[in-house]
Amino acid sequence: MSLLFAGRHQSAAPRAAIPSGRVRWLHRTLTGWGFAGPATALVVGLSIFPAVWAFLISLQKWNGIAPAKPIGLLNYEFMAQDPDLLAAVRHTLVFTVLFVPSSIFLGMLVAVALNRPIKLVGFYRTCIFIPFVASAAATGILASFVFNPQYGAANSVLRALGLPQQQFLESQSQALTVICLIALWGQVGFTVVVYLAALQDIPKDVVEAARMDGANRWQVFRHVTLPALGPVTVFTSIWQTITALQLFDLVFTTTRGGPLGATQTIVYYVYTQAFKLTKFGYGSAVAYGLFAVTMLITVGMILYSRRSKIEAF
Amino acid sequence: MRRLPFSPWHLLLMPLALLFALPLVQMVLTAFMPDGDINRFPPRFIPTRLQLDGFIGLFNESQALRWLLNTVIVSAIAVIAHLVLCSMAGYGFARLKFFGKNAGFLMILATIMIPAQLLMIPTYVMFTRLGLIDTLAAAFVPWLASAFGIFLMRQFFLSLPAELEDAARIDGCNTFGVFWRVVLPLAKPALATLTVFTLLGSWNDLIWPLVAISDESIYTIQLGLANFQGTRHTQWSLLMAGNVVATMPLIIAFIVAQRQFVATMTFSGLKG
Repeated sequence: MSLLFAGRHQSAAPRAAIPSGRVRWLHRTLTGWGFAGPATALVVGLSIFPAVWAFLISLQKWNGIAPAKPIGLLNYEFMAQDPDLLAAVRHTLVFTVLFVPSSIFLGMLVAVALNRPIKLVGFYRTCIFIPFVASAAATGILASFVFNPQYGAANSVLRALGLPQQQFLESQSQALTVICLIALWGQVGFTVVVYLAALQDIPKDVVEAARMDGANRWQVFRHVTLPALGPVTVFTSIWQTITALQLFDLVFTTTRGGPLGATQTIVYYVYTQAFKLTKFGYGSAVAYGLFAVTMLITVGMILYSRRSKIEAF
Repeated sequence: MRRLPFSPWHLLLMPLALLFALPLVQMVLTAFMPDGDINRFPPRFIPTRLQLDGFIGLFNESQALRWLLNTVIVSAIAVIAHLVLCSMAGYGFARLKFFGKNAGFLMILATIMIPAQLLMIPTYVMFTRLGLIDTLAAAFVPWLASAFGIFLMRQFFLSLPAELEDAARIDGCNTFGVFWRVVLPLAKPALATLTVFTLLGSWNDLIWPLVAISDESIYTIQLGLANFQGTRHTQWSLLMAGNVVATMPLIIAFIVAQRQFVATMTFSGLKG
């Protein structure tokens, strides 16, 4: 503290010109870290430190209580031949492949519609966005009600249309698709808003010029609007892919991984391995596997967008 | 072809809007519905009469009010800590010159890619050793600051013209004075964005409380609801009442501050 104090006075005292450089450096460093230090310490302490630790745990057989047993890469080797993990990976990928393109398509379509100067646009936007604010827990519980085979609204609608009744979340073959529909209900609001903002950034005179040159509405969309939405599409694709690969909450509050493991996802698997079966080592290895796959897909998408000359990053 | 009396886009938007809104309407109606209306075949959408049994049952048979209070505390601490710590760090990294600045900022950027699931196991072990498991602190400590928040604030401060700060400095303000009196008042849009994201994230978080908290009186509302559902999965009026309690604060906040929410999503999306 006395150094800080001295530093401040020295600027007014020209005689102390030689030490003032070092004192001022110290003062600057202390001020800088005074600002940046607390948050940086928290972020590093709660992510880099545990991330490194998670890797060390993944090289062990450990239940959190008994002494850990170092087993090298055995956890990773076991991952390759674990049929339950393989099934979880398959479910997660199926969900991702269903969810990401439909959320992007639907988001873009709704945003284009909401960008028209028509009545009730505010009402529509509010309706479509509100589910995004609802938590996954509440969404899951509500969905269990709506898709309940006996007294759910979904089957009532099917009955009114004269269609056969479905088991939805209680059917092994339908559960994952239904969870995807629920996730879309909760997430599309986000893509809509992001696309809407991008649409409003497209200069009006470009569109008008294209119309003057005789382009019809579809041609304007195809050759002016769509290319302008490229960067946002890259961003939302990556964002939604990461979200999809980490699916957990909705599964927990609808099917708890069932029926018969049909909706077990990777993160759900990590959760059960680590916190139900206390296999901390194996759980950490699977989590690292997920991290690696997420990184690969993200980097792949960025490289692909670079090659297609879409400047997103 | 005869023109429709309204824009054809309504044919797309009206059914979609109803599809998105009606489940929430049904959630609210079911919360106020007598069990007889819910468990009959075919089920009713509009209740024959409204009653508070769902809420009374919820508050009698669970500690939902306690859970709600816990969540309010966790979110309030998360938002306040985020606003203070991330804006200070963002300002430091954007404007101040100091030893270790680039290394520190690079480390923060690197953490953005680390998924939360990876951190759960070591954080659980760490919190057990610190005695934080099964306390409210376990729920809010991970929300005190975030790499995203620091990054967001830094980007915002970089976009501000530096001249204003120079003027204040010449007028005799010290660094903290410049930050507090000149910079922060200009940062309201970014601070609002940070508030929205932190509130959404901390209020709706499920997996971390699920891992870190097993004492029922410490539950957050999301964790309480998810576990309550496990034991009462046919008492729909209670469950929907719980859903109303858990979602309405954010939905009302959203409707009141809709403009800011949308601006926030836009901001994050484009700067993403």
